[in-house]
Amino acid sequence: MTCKAEGVAAAVRAAAAVVAEHRAELVELDRAIGDGDHGENLNRGFTAVVAALDAGAPDTPGGVLKLVATTLISKVGGAAGPLYGTAFLRASAKLGAAADLDVPALLDALRAGLEGVQARGKAVGGDATMVDALIPAVSAAEKAAEDGGDVAAVLTAAADAADRGAESTVDLVPRKGRASYLGERAVGHLDPGARSSALLLRAFAEAAR
Amino acid sequence: MSVGIVLVSHSAKLAEGLAELAAQMAPDVTIVPAGGLSDGSIGTDYDEVVAATQRADRGDGVVLLYDLGSAQMTAELAVESLADPSAAIVADGPLVEGAIAAAVAAQAGQDRKAVAEAAAAAGIPEDLEPAEATAGGAEVELELRNDVGLHARPAAVLVRTLSEFDAEVTVRLGDQEADGRSVLALMSLGARQGDRILLRARGPQAAAALQKAKELVDGNFGE
Repeated sequence: MTCKAEGVAAAVRAAAAVVAEHRAELVELDRAIGDGDHGENLNRGFTAVVAALDAGAPDTPGGVLKLVATTLISKVGGAAGPLYGTAFLRASAKLGAAADLDVPALLDALRAGLEGVQARGKAVGGDATMVDALIPAVSAAEKAAEDGGDVAAVLTAAADAADRGAESTVDLVPRKGRASYLGERAVGHLDPGARSSALLLRAFAEAAR
Repeated sequence: MSVGIVLVSHSAKLAEGLAELAAQMAPDVTIVPAGGLSDGSIGTDYDEVVAATQRADRGDGVVLLYDLGSAQMTAELAVESLADPSAAIVADGPLVEGAIAAAVAAQAGQDRKAVAEAAAAAGIPEDLEPAEATAGGAEVELELRNDVGLHARPAAVLVRTLSEFDAEVTVRLGDQEADGRSVLALMSLGARQGDRILLRARGPQAAAALQKAKELVDGNFGE
């Protein structure tokens, strides 16, 4: 099973809906340990993404992801803009002009996205960031692919692992971003970026089913 | 021409105020504030940072400074998106002190790498090595009679003046010694009105540099 540009665009729209639905939750999570704008910023970004898709969706999966990247970079303030923007941009570059997104391409895109986030944010696993959701997600995706999973199965495995990874940030002392200024006081809080990463992957997985 | 400077901040007021402050020390340097979002709220605007970087480049490249981590990421992303990413450098350093140090270095005609290093070094003012005795050099003792002593503007004027000479100059006040190329180091001496500072110079134009410095001090830095 593969996925074409329309499928990717549909998944992005689903992600936008999920972000809108969880806007208040992300604001609350961020208010506890950051500046409280994560839900608002992400929602503004994805609203603009949907508007851009409405205005004319690109005809390759890579093209769709590039549109998502440039829109998020421009519309999302805070750290999430450059981080998600870089992730989608690197993923899009990996996909190139291919018309179909198959499992190997999906894995490449996920890996490139994670590498982009790590390069941009200079965070490693255990820093209590979105990386803590994305690292296990990519590993789980690789494993699901080895086991013969299709695009939907790979994304579902990634989303499941991202959920667990995001939960793990509750016990961590943040070492990046504004939450790091709180040190030990941030323990007990779910990282908003890890949560939004898990939400996005879940939305992609649901859309691929 | 000189290296341009972009100040990337979450706050438009912070970036604008700092640009105004830094411009006092570096009147010929293009310093472009890129703060806040387009609607006036707090955040960093990628498009504005890209535009500011293009505007600040007068041919010698640009150094960008930032306030918090996400401003750093936005700045780095903006640099990567340039037609020639090597034309701009995101400098690590404290925003305020770094901007002043970078502006003065740019005013002195230093290249973008040196300007970025000046910004980065502004974060570690204690990184002053005691200067060796100035064998074969020249020295002059001067009394500061201007109101504010070796404060920001006079220090910047002195650095700018000394940078025109092929000479290494150190400024001593009591036990402390500062590099004559560093505004922040000079300011950290805390030399006030009535203090006597000792300038030592080495290099081909040592004497001329000290003569010019003497004129500046005697003329109360033009105040």
